[in-house]
Amino acid sequence: MPARIDPPLALLAELTHRCPLRCPYCSNPVELERAASELSEEDWCRVFREAAALGVLQVHFSGGEPMARRDLAALIAEASRHGLYGNLITSGTLGGEREIEAFAQAGLKHVQLSFQDIEPAGGDRIAGLKGAHVRKTSFAAAVRAVDLPLTLNMVVHRQNLEHLQGMIDMALALGARRLEIAHVQYYAWALINRDALLPSRRQLDEATALVEAAQARLKGVLAIDYVVPDYHGVRPKSCMNGWARRFLNITPSGTAVPCHAAETLPGIDFPSVRDSSLADIWYRSDAFNRFRGTDWMPEPCRGCDRREIDWGGCRCQAFLLTGDASRADPVCALSPDHGLVTAALQQAEGMPPDLVYRQFRQDRAQGA
Amino acid sequence: MERVVVAESSVLSLAPHIVFRFDDTRSRWIIMAPERLMLPDEQAVEILQLVDGTAGVGEIIDSLARRYTQAPRALIAKDVVAMLQDLADKGCLVDAGPH
Repeated sequence: MPARIDPPLALLAELTHRCPLRCPYCSNPVELERAASELSEEDWCRVFREAAALGVLQVHFSGGEPMARRDLAALIAEASRHGLYGNLITSGTLGGEREIEAFAQAGLKHVQLSFQDIEPAGGDRIAGLKGAHVRKTSFAAAVRAVDLPLTLNMVVHRQNLEHLQGMIDMALALGARRLEIAHVQYYAWALINRDALLPSRRQLDEATALVEAAQARLKGVLAIDYVVPDYHGVRPKSCMNGWARRFLNITPSGTAVPCHAAETLPGIDFPSVRDSSLADIWYRSDAFNRFRGTDWMPEPCRGCDRREIDWGGCRCQAFLLTGDASRADPVCALSPDHGLVTAALQQAEGMPPDLVYRQFRQDRAQGA
Repeated sequence: MERVVVAESSVLSLAPHIVFRFDDTRSRWIIMAPERLMLPDEQAVEILQLVDGTAGVGEIIDSLARRYTQAPRALIAKDVVAMLQDLADKGCLVDAGPH
C-alpha cells in the first residue's frame, strides 16, 4: 500500500443494469443485477454527499440505461447541490425533450450519447433494438436544444469500423463538440464475442490514420478521443490510471469497486455502500488496497521502469486471460502470458463468428 | 461550429458548462469540463480570473503587463494568447461578442 493515498476524482454511478439495448460488447457484468436489488434514491443521495466530502469532483450517471430510473432528475439535483460535475452517459432511447430539460434544470453539465453505427440498419442490429438509431438522433437534438454540451460515444469493432468517416460527419451534423471513438475492450460480454469484434491489424491501422487526420483538421471544432484496442498494443493501458488511484464505481446494488469490471475478480470481498462509508471504502478497505501502488506487483512489472506509468495494466484482463489477477497484464509484450493475446490476434485475421447478445441470465439459459 | 480564434481584440467568457473553481480538498484551482479535469498553473489561474465576458484579451494583457513590469508586453501577449487559444480549442472558452 502506498504511503499516501490521494482522494478519488470521479465516481461512476451505475444506477441500474436495466437497459433496452442488448449490445454484444456491453461492459456490464455477464451476471446482471436486477431492479429489486437496486439502491434507493436516499442511498444514492447519501453516496453523493459522502463522495463530495471525500473530494470527488465528477459524477458519471451510468448504467445500464440510467434513464430507466424514475428518480434520475432528483439524483442529478442532489449531486449538483454538492458541487459535483454531472455527466449523463445514456443510450438516448428512453426519453426526450421533457426529460433532458428536467436534467438541465437539475444542474446536469454534459451528456454522452452512444451510437452503435451511422444508420438505422447497422445501429439497430448491434443495439439489438428496432428504432434505436432514430430515437438516438432525436435525443441528440433535444440535448442541443437545451444547450447542453454533447459527446457522441461510438464503440467501434470490425463490424462497423468501415463507417468511421461517417461517424465523424454524424458527430458534426448532430452538433457534438466531442467524439469518443472507443475500440471494444474485451471484458464481460465483449470477451464472449471477441472473435466477432476484434479488428485485424490492417483495419486498425487504417482507422488510426483516419482518426489522426481528422483530429488535426477539426482542432477546436470537434475533439476526438480515441481509445485503441489494447490487444494490438505493445504495452498495456494504464487501466483506471491505476487500481483505486482516481476512480470508484458503485454498482446498482451498492457494491463499491475500483472499476466497472472488477467484480469478476474472485477472492476479493468488495465492500458495499449499504454498510460502509465511502471514506472507509476508499482509504481502508482490503479490496481497494489490494492492487494499489506497486507493492503487489510480480515481475516483470516490479522491476519495470514503466510501473508507475501503466500500473501493471489491467487486473481484470490478467484474471480473464490467465486466471490470476495478480499477474502482469498479458497485453504487455514483456508478460510471460503474452502468447494468449497473440493467439487471439491471429484469430482476428480470419472470418468472424456470430454475435451473442447480452441478456439476463435466465433468458440466456432458455436460449442456450 | 466554428473554431474560436483568440486575438487581442477577442472578448472571451467561460463556456456555460465549464466550472472554474477552487477545490478545498486539494487546495488548488481546477477547471472541470466534460469528462475531464484540468489543473491550471498559477499563471493560467491569474489569466482566467480576468476572463469575464467583458474585458478584451488586449486589456487582460495590459493589466498583467502593469503587474509584471519586468517582462515586455509582447512576451506577455504571446503567452496569454497561446494559453487562451489552447483552452478555447479544448472547448472551455467562447466568443463573448465583438469588443
